[in-house]
Amino acid sequence: MSGPNKQYDPVEVAALDPAAIEQAVADALAAIGAASSLEELKAARLAHQGEKSPLALANREIGALPPSAKAEAGKRVGQARGQVGQALKVRQEELEAERDERILVEETVDLTVRVPRRRLGARHPISLVSERVEDIFVAMGWEIAEGPEVESEWLNFDALNLGADHPARQMQDTFFIDPPELGLVLRTHTSPVQVRTMLDNEPPIYVLCPGKVFRTDELDATHTPVFHQFEGLVVDEGITMAHLKGSLDAFVSRLFGDGTVTRLRPSYFPFTEPSAEIDCRCWICGGQDPNCRTCGGTGWIEMGGCGMVNRRVLTASGIDPDRYTGFAFGLGIERSLMLRHGVGDMHDIVEGDVRFSTQFGMEI
Amino acid sequence: MRAPVSWLRELADVPAGATGADIAASLVKVGLEEEALHGGDIQGPLVVGRVLEVTPEKQKNGKTINWCQVDVGQNGQMLTEGTPQGIVCGAHNFKPGDHVVCVLPGGVLPGPFEISARKTYGHVSNGMICSALELGLGEDHDGIIVLEEWLGDNPDVVAGLTPGQDAIELLGLADEVVEVNVTPDRGYCFSMRGVAREYALSTGGAFRDPAGIEVPEANDTGYAVRLTDAAPVNGNDGCDRYIARVVRGVDVNAATPSWMQKRLTQVGMRPISLAVDVTNYVMMLLGQPLHAFDLDTLSGSVGTRRARPGERLKTLDDVDRALHPEDLLIVDGSDTALAIAGVMGGESSEVTSSTTNVLIESAHFDPTTVARSSRRHRLTTEASKRFERGVDPDVTAAAAELAVRLLVELGGGTPDPGVTDIDHRRGREPFAFDLGLPSRYVGLDYPRDEVLATLRAIGCEVTEPSGVGDVSDAFGHGDVVSVLPASWRPDLADGPDLVEEVARVRGYDQIPSVLPQATAGRGLTHGQRTRRVIATTLAQQGLVEVLSYPFIGRDLFDRLGYAADDVRRRTITVANPLSDEAPLMRTSVLDTLLETLRRNVARGNRDAAIYELGLVTVGPEQVRSAPVPGIEARPDDATLSEILGAVPAQPRHVAVAAAGDAEPAGPWGPGRPFDASDAVAWALAVAKAVGVELVISATERAPWHPGRCAQLALPDGTVVGHAGELHPKVVAALDLPARAVAGELDVDVLVAATGEPLQAVALSTFPPAHTDVALVVDEAVPAAAVEAALREGAGSSLESLVLFDTYRGDQVGEGRKSLAFRLTFRSAERTLTTDEVSALRDRAVESAARATGAVQR
Ligand SMILES: [Zn+2]
Repeated sequence: MSGPNKQYDPVEVAALDPAAIEQAVADALAAIGAASSLEELKAARLAHQGEKSPLALANREIGALPPSAKAEAGKRVGQARGQVGQALKVRQEELEAERDERILVEETVDLTVRVPRRRLGARHPISLVSERVEDIFVAMGWEIAEGPEVESEWLNFDALNLGADHPARQMQDTFFIDPPELGLVLRTHTSPVQVRTMLDNEPPIYVLCPGKVFRTDELDATHTPVFHQFEGLVVDEGITMAHLKGSLDAFVSRLFGDGTVTRLRPSYFPFTEPSAEIDCRCWICGGQDPNCRTCGGTGWIEMGGCGMVNRRVLTASGIDPDRYTGFAFGLGIERSLMLRHGVGDMHDIVEGDVRFSTQFGMEI
Repeated sequence: MRAPVSWLRELADVPAGATGADIAASLVKVGLEEEALHGGDIQGPLVVGRVLEVTPEKQKNGKTINWCQVDVGQNGQMLTEGTPQGIVCGAHNFKPGDHVVCVLPGGVLPGPFEISARKTYGHVSNGMICSALELGLGEDHDGIIVLEEWLGDNPDVVAGLTPGQDAIELLGLADEVVEVNVTPDRGYCFSMRGVAREYALSTGGAFRDPAGIEVPEANDTGYAVRLTDAAPVNGNDGCDRYIARVVRGVDVNAATPSWMQKRLTQVGMRPISLAVDVTNYVMMLLGQPLHAFDLDTLSGSVGTRRARPGERLKTLDDVDRALHPEDLLIVDGSDTALAIAGVMGGESSEVTSSTTNVLIESAHFDPTTVARSSRRHRLTTEASKRFERGVDPDVTAAAAELAVRLLVELGGGTPDPGVTDIDHRRGREPFAFDLGLPSRYVGLDYPRDEVLATLRAIGCEVTEPSGVGDVSDAFGHGDVVSVLPASWRPDLADGPDLVEEVARVRGYDQIPSVLPQATAGRGLTHGQRTRRVIATTLAQQGLVEVLSYPFIGRDLFDRLGYAADDVRRRTITVANPLSDEAPLMRTSVLDTLLETLRRNVARGNRDAAIYELGLVTVGPEQVRSAPVPGIEARPDDATLSEILGAVPAQPRHVAVAAAGDAEPAGPWGPGRPFDASDAVAWALAVAKAVGVELVISATERAPWHPGRCAQLALPDGTVVGHAGELHPKVVAALDLPARAVAGELDVDVLVAATGEPLQAVALSTFPPAHTDVALVVDEAVPAAAVEAALREGAGSSLESLVLFDTYRGDQVGEGRKSLAFRLTFRSAERTLTTDEVSALRDRAVESAARATGAVQR
């Protein structure tokens, strides 16, 4: 290293010659510009910015200059090194960007193939429709009541004004529990839950009773011996058939779409008086298509039965029929599902084939 | 009930242009649901033909057919106009010169059967000569219709028969039949009289009562009738009215006239013989079932009594029936059983072709008595159907009279002047009715005059009080009248019954739609929300929800490998199962879910994971009968608790079952089959989702593999369920894929164990420290025991503990296994030092060594 007292030697400071520095910068920029990969750029960095590069050598010479010359030389070399450093930085970024781009291209995977990597589960659509129906009524302030499927005859029939000799009792196609003296049946409707609710609660009562029910029908395309129902029960002061109609209209418009309404037709059920059949305006054709497959061109779809709770049923359930009136209705969930989703064959609903449920996913 | 439109027109004013559909709509409006429209479906050309030649041709099969030339005139035929047509006919009851009914090519008969010219028996038959059956007009007892006979009671029409004449009009084949569904409260609509009355009520038109005929006064010279009833049901006599009429010298073999045959056929009954047809015709017209006895088979009198134990009767359907002491019988003077009253007659007194003297029975039987006999003998007849639902007790005499008149007119008999009419009817009681009730019940204003008019229109006698306050009804309201319903409306018994009448006559379509304001509800219960979470959790774990019928076979428990004393064998039985193969109620959801898994695999759903939430039935240790109290009041608490107590417990379970691959093979590598740990993991996921940490222990329980079954319990020891791999024998017995896995949890237990708000643990933000230990234990030591001991020794700064490897082999020795656990420690107060972590780990290992004999590897 040069000592401070050493004589100034023009040969030794040739590296600081402005022309030489200019040349070194030019060489460096050319090499940097020519680098076509990060590896080549690394070599160029070593050659032009490394310890043995001309500019590094020049920088080292500055110390040998007389103090008067140091400032100017230092500035010149500093600028040159800055220029090279900046060029390296820019080129580095360019090459890195190119590399990143290339890697992304190389990493391309074809994701258009449907691969069953994760098992997809599903709810049964009967459950989904049930829950949907429950939510509609819960949103109106009703509660959900439930009861057993093996039920006493008194709750399933007698308390509902279906005495042992009532002709309608024979029409229920009942499964009886052996021996018959036990007085037990597989419930033929969820009405016993209504009775249980009334036995346990004072009005006002606003409940929906969904559940599994049983009739001795053979399984075919439209019947099943085990099916699902939901029944509604309201008991309060001043309840009328208009309230029944209003509740049904509100329900069908929420399940089948705004504007869907119901129609009541006179009918007979022992547990209600007056009684009615419920038809629902066809939500597919709105009654406008004589060839409609959903409603058969009638414009109406039969949905179930309803009526004002028979005074005898209220009495048997411990409710004063002179103070309270009530209405009840019953509709089928399988039927709602078949109509709403175009399910053509009951077998698909009841046989438990995973392909059926899987179509529906988790929300209906 | 089927109502021919032409018949209806006789009884009510029906607008000239009204179609079957119009009439059905009017009936629907008042509560008679349309079942179907029949008839009117014959299409021409259907013409009168005159037989010109009949050539019998014997066939190889021994049958003789007739090759006929028939003049079918010029109208309606589409073949060579004016030339006779060749038609093949198999019947033999006609001869040249007869007029017959020919359907020509292009015509359509009920079925529908389209007629075309076709080659048969070596001829081209240009159509067909029709029988009554083929035209839906009756039975073809003798063969084809010969119009000279068919229209015998109309000589003018016969004289005017012309080949080519339109037979659709001639035979009234355009007549439509409206079929309505009659609800159990409207027994009177099982008659033309009832349907016509309802039609008139709906349209406001006139009604002509066919029962409004002159009937002879009863006298004491008629046939002897002795009504007895030693055991009335519910205090009601089995028979409260019995009319006996006798017609002598009847030609019972006289043909039933074609108009009657046609009507009977239209309403769905088979014409049989004159006496039977007449009684059926009157029943269809008036709703009163009649019975015709061969008078000469009776010994001196008829009457009623209940059956005796051991008594038998061979009924008309040729079944020898054991009678029940509650069956009401018709007996003769020698006490011989003749019929089950109101249900079916017996063979001994049946009218036969040799009968000349006929006794007509027109009676009113107790609905309950008839209903029970009908049910007991599984015998539903046109008569029992009507008596069960209530027959108008005021129509008895008119029905008998009409039958007598028809037998005389059609069978040439002479009626006895003696008319027996035993009448024990109790008078009907009027009841009070508040005229404001319809408005209050329906939510629509029904003016007083309208209510009164409706009540009178449906046949009620309404008496308005002379002064205010004379009658008061149960509602304690003002405007009250006294109402005596019509004799044919036994269903009208209280206020709401009349409200329905008022509402249906105005029309249900007038009822407004008003949403009631429910009280603020509490939403779903904890149990309901919990079930939804469980169902959703399993679906999100990749399982598919299914439903299965809860019925199982008697051998299932053996196939599942249950021990003889397994409580799950305690079940209840369906008395009338759909299939004798499956008469029991399931005691586990897996009972039926495994069959659903098998079906899925059989259908090619090879990798199936399914679940079901549902009730199971716990057979009671001691069966108790559920009492059946009356419904005049709420049952007393003791009775009610007996009823509820007799209902077996039905807890809600959730079950899972899977077979095949848990993760499929694919570009990412090979698949992974389901194993026992999947079933356990689902159970844990379900419990965790509702906030319960289950305790797992190894157990042996059918139907699981004894070495691969986990018991899942609450921290307090209450068993929630089991999960694991199915026993290979069960897999074989149920025809399942090998290594199928399954689990079942009691949802009610989970629901009961949850619901209290969970208390959160504060999170530490100091760094965790991980340390691994490998512990060698005997093969028999469950990992859960080692884990529990580690946990206990590690203390409260242990954050998590995971078994990440199990090793068996030379390095650990025979009958031993090495369990590798990762312990993660974290302090709530500070960063743990390496020394502290080592000390904690050593304490954990010591604890495991003490508890399980574990040795650190
Ligand atoms: Zn439609």
